[in-house]
Amino acid sequence: MENLNKYIKAFVETFEIKEEQALNLEYQGIEQWDSIGHMSLIAAIEDAFGIMLDTDDIIDFSSFKKGKEILMKYDVVLE
Amino acid sequence: MMLLQDKTAIITGCNRGIGYATVEEFAREGANIWAHAREETTAFVEDMQSIEKKYGIKVTPIYFDVRDNDLAKQVLVKIYKDAGKIDVLVNNAGIMQDSLIGMISSQMMTDLFEINVFSVINLTQIAARIMNRQKNGCIINIASIIGTNGNAGQSVYSATKGAVIAFTKSAAKELAPQGIRVNAISPGIINTELIKEVPANHMKRNLENIRLGRIGEPRDIAKTAVFLASDMSSYISGQIIGVDGCTIL
Repeated sequence: MENLNKYIKAFVETFEIKEEQALNLEYQGIEQWDSIGHMSLIAAIEDAFGIMLDTDDIIDFSSFKKGKEILMKYDVVLE
Repeated sequence: MMLLQDKTAIITGCNRGIGYATVEEFAREGANIWAHAREETTAFVEDMQSIEKKYGIKVTPIYFDVRDNDLAKQVLVKIYKDAGKIDVLVNNAGIMQDSLIGMISSQMMTDLFEINVFSVINLTQIAARIMNRQKNGCIINIASIIGTNGNAGQSVYSATKGAVIAFTKSAAKELAPQGIRVNAISPGIINTELIKEVPANHMKRNLENIRLGRIGEPRDIAKTAVFLASDMSSYISGQIIGVDGCTIL
């Protein structure tokens, strides 16, 4: 649960949105999630979990849901 | 106070030439250095230990093929975890291969672009993501006068160094808001292994084109790198600094 809260918090703080907005969010689904916002989000997630994503994973990180799958590769389980 | 006191610097291609001289000049100015070579050799280890002892700073050898993106990332992340920061990245590792148009092989193009360009971009990506967390950092790319002026027989090499120059300018514009400066040094003819095979008559002609009357030494480039890595250049980014003795090519 803690990991999921950290994950949601990254979206909320990066994009200045409400928690419920984050759950179904997709890349370019809101104005803030453009390419620059994307790199800020990635930095926030990397900081939160002490990881560094591969470039391919950064490119593939296309939604809140997809991000959860990707983080599992880094042994970050979000429940 | 030394210009690079307590700065953490990563320098690629350190076993000879400009890279080696950069390690020494950075050490002289108080930096702690992660010195890269492709492979571990006794000579390299001893050289780095000698610099460490002479200047009382830390030099840690690191080894990877700059084309190995995954390993490069692992190494830089480990450095960040060990040192707590990465202040400077010097992308010096590179190769030079000459060929006339009509005899340029695919393998040569691949090798030159992978080592001279793609690895620079990849290492910059990794370092920039780390430096962004610090909101501070400095990336120095070693380009070449051949990248700005061209030279017969070096069309592919010049293309790679031209790419480094263009990448430097773009990266500087993109990374400035994150507090990261990106500059390049464009060396002229420098007394390294790379010029040892140039025929004597060519070298004589080259020397006539250098208005300051001498071939450059690796430390000429290294000292410029020190300046760019230091706070003395805190308002300089996106620049390509020619260090070529006023060469007319």
